[in-house]
Amino acid sequence: MRIGVYVCHCGGNISEIVDISKVVSFAEKQPDVVLVKDNPHMCSEVGQKLVIDDIKEHKLDKIVIAACSPQFQGPTFMSTLEKAGLSPYVLEMANIREQCAWPHFNFPEEATKKAENLTNAAIAKVRLDEPLGKKTMPIGRRVLIIGGGIAGIQAALDLGDAGFKVYLVEKEPTIGGKMSKLSRTFPTEDCAACILSPKMADVLANPNITLLTYSEVENIQGYLGNYEITVKKNPTYVDPDKCTCCDDCTEVCPVVVPNEFEEGLTSRKAIYLPSPIAVPHSYVLDEQACLGIFPLACGKCQEVCDPGAINFDVYPEEIKFTVDTIIVATGYDIFDATQKSVYGFGKYANVITALDMERMIVHASEGNPIRPMGKRIAFIQCVGSRDEQVENENCSRICCMYATKLSQLLKRSDPTRDVYVFYTDLRAYGKGFEEYYKRAQRTGVKFIRGRVAELIEDSQTRKLTLRVEDTLTRQIIESEFDLVVLSVGLRPNEGTDRIANLLRLAKSPDGFLQEAHPKFRPVDTLTDGVFLAGTVQGPKDIPDTVAQASAASARATRLMNRGEYDVEPVMAFVHEESCDGCGLCVEQCPTNAISLSSRDANSDKSLSPKVAEINEALCKGCGSCIAYCPKDALDLHCYSNDQLLAQIKAVLADKKNGEVRVLVFADDMTTYRLADNVGVAKMSYSLNSRIIRVPSGSRVTPKLMLQAFAEGADGIFIGECEEKSSPYPHSVSTIKSNISKVTHILKEEGIDEKRLRFVQFVTVMLGGFVNNINSLSDFTIKSGPIPAQKRKRLGENINERLFK
Amino acid sequence: MIKKLVISSKNVDFLNKINELSGETITLCDQCGTCSGSCPMVSEMDITPSQMMRMVQLGQMEVMDTKAMWICASCFACTVRCPRGLDLAKVAEALRQVKLREAIDHIDIKKIPEDEIRRLPQIALVSSFRKFTG
Repeated sequence: MRIGVYVCHCGGNISEIVDISKVVSFAEKQPDVVLVKDNPHMCSEVGQKLVIDDIKEHKLDKIVIAACSPQFQGPTFMSTLEKAGLSPYVLEMANIREQCAWPHFNFPEEATKKAENLTNAAIAKVRLDEPLGKKTMPIGRRVLIIGGGIAGIQAALDLGDAGFKVYLVEKEPTIGGKMSKLSRTFPTEDCAACILSPKMADVLANPNITLLTYSEVENIQGYLGNYEITVKKNPTYVDPDKCTCCDDCTEVCPVVVPNEFEEGLTSRKAIYLPSPIAVPHSYVLDEQACLGIFPLACGKCQEVCDPGAINFDVYPEEIKFTVDTIIVATGYDIFDATQKSVYGFGKYANVITALDMERMIVHASEGNPIRPMGKRIAFIQCVGSRDEQVENENCSRICCMYATKLSQLLKRSDPTRDVYVFYTDLRAYGKGFEEYYKRAQRTGVKFIRGRVAELIEDSQTRKLTLRVEDTLTRQIIESEFDLVVLSVGLRPNEGTDRIANLLRLAKSPDGFLQEAHPKFRPVDTLTDGVFLAGTVQGPKDIPDTVAQASAASARATRLMNRGEYDVEPVMAFVHEESCDGCGLCVEQCPTNAISLSSRDANSDKSLSPKVAEINEALCKGCGSCIAYCPKDALDLHCYSNDQLLAQIKAVLADKKNGEVRVLVFADDMTTYRLADNVGVAKMSYSLNSRIIRVPSGSRVTPKLMLQAFAEGADGIFIGECEEKSSPYPHSVSTIKSNISKVTHILKEEGIDEKRLRFVQFVTVMLGGFVNNINSLSDFTIKSGPIPAQKRKRLGENINERLFK
Repeated sequence: MIKKLVISSKNVDFLNKINELSGETITLCDQCGTCSGSCPMVSEMDITPSQMMRMVQLGQMEVMDTKAMWICASCFACTVRCPRGLDLAKVAEALRQVKLREAIDHIDIKKIPEDEIRRLPQIALVSSFRKFTG
């Protein structure tokens, strides 16, 4: 092994505090180190060339660079190594700028000692670095889109047009979703069906799109690049290719049931056209409503069907296919207004939902009104939104504008009508919304600020008296209306839960699905290759839904287009000779990446007992599984048990008698960056602390904690990214469980459990980081070093004690 | 005449006091008016329940001179309907307590004739002490 060590001055940033020559001579004394150099700017062209030339000339095979944070120039030096023909993963950086020169600028001598110590740890780790290659995985060009509303349609068209193979699955017999029910769209008042139906037709016409209507996703297994899908396609009993939509069948059908498309305001037959703009444009037979198919009880429709499109001898079909990515666009349901009993929906004849009103306006504008509307119409806003009483605190975002739309459509179609909108806050936030609100006011719609407290129905006239405070004048209004429209909010579609469970997707507190990051990954999920589009992620209007659908398509394209995708080699692996196939880890993996396999990785012969196998497409490299293995058979590339232990020993190596030392295990994403930010801000913290970088706090196994104490640590601090923004699901609960195991043993040995601490951070909590580290350091100083006898016992029989 | 509303830290003190006494976070009220629309006694009040909440939010001590909190029958219609989950009945009680804790007695026991004290039921005396305090 030939290690090269480079110490950077950082143009004075480091060298003005840290005595570079001491660090150099320290490094020179370390075993395996064959070359040590220093340079004013290691990251400059000159500095990088120096490394490349030395690697070739001196046959270096491992490199340590003592300079700034690996978060900062790590990628630069990794590519330097690649240029020299080395693996980018045989590089370690000692962070002597952000962790020595900057925070400890008042203590140059101590900062120099710490720099030597961190360089020592980097050398210790680099010795065990494996020359890993960059990994890629193959990926195809197939995508499943769940939900055929406007979000699913847009995503399917984007991806189909781009040449990807699209499977669009819709549970209703037609695509089009809720948008196909709307009268007009705010704020431009386009006819919803007119702008939607061409898109629906495009879906059918696109050769790259396989449309599966009346179908449900039964099962999803697999991972990015290999999702195995099972879809159940229900029989419609009508062949869409033969059906001419002549309507002869409905005339003879004796069964009358409420029409879902019309929100139950009208009725339909058991055989029916699901929507006037249905795609596929074909009648379907409702198996539940039909008098009977097995055995055939009626069959009148079949008798009159000229083209012979009706066939009762069909069964549900199970369709299986494989896709590479998935877009979830399962949309919303309207809030069930019967839950808000003060408004009497379902009980009072003249209380309807806004979606009912959409259908009523469509029919009225066709000269075919469903029911009379009366002269006095009231809209009640925020029904099922912003209301703790129905356990829904969110704002549904679209109700203000659809009420503004419906109210002015009503007023314009009959100016003698009195139309009122009772609102809590009117939120006209979108493009053209404020102008549209103003237009409604100009039309003569009256907006009254107050949430309606209750409705009372006159049992004779069935008119409704509404009781509300006009909060702007502080007067109580009691007024009678012919029709009351409830502006119902949006709830996650009832089908969403099942899909979320199949794909292990997280939910926000409001029940909608959670995006991977609220700012920078708004359509991604934490499950690789699964994206969100439309209202499944939260209430939104049509333009936002379409934009998000296109964004989801672009994100899916990004993964699929190259034919392969990069994966970090930070992944769990199995020491097969140690694994006894107990399977404890299988349950614990948050991404289902571990299974038991009888396949030997190196030969064809089968293994007995089975051993754990890591699916590298699923493993996210958090390392949380390692804690659950009683045989030490699991490990993590780039952060192996041996490497971390070597680092622990190295940072404790120069600890003197009576001195205390605190180890800070910092997760890569947040705590490590936070410590860098603290350094950049030149905020000082305890010189007793040493930071060790880990992918996630859950990588720090109970065994490592005990080993660290045994090797000389007096306090251990685990910093982890806040749960909600963590890329590793369930890491916090793993950390807590690990800590409780160690706490138990500490107690047995009579060691204060306060020596072990865990905090969740965000990267801006600079003061929080400093205070927490100092507090643990002060505590250990006050309590003194752990006595040698106790330390010795902590290091003995660790696995027996942890897994007894 | 339109009165000017002055907002100062003194107002915040009053809000904090009512928050503490009621156990409610009164700043959560978004003034939707559900309470007023639900209140069976609102026609008897000089200000509406939502107005009472607003005055407390702004720390307007003038709310102590209004009658609404005394007319409140603690029927809890507002409490069960409040979309922000606030317990207005508790707020009204907190306001009453502030007044009661001023401990201004309008009844002087010494001035009640002795035989009247003997004849009156004790609970009536206790009730009137509370009713005529503040």
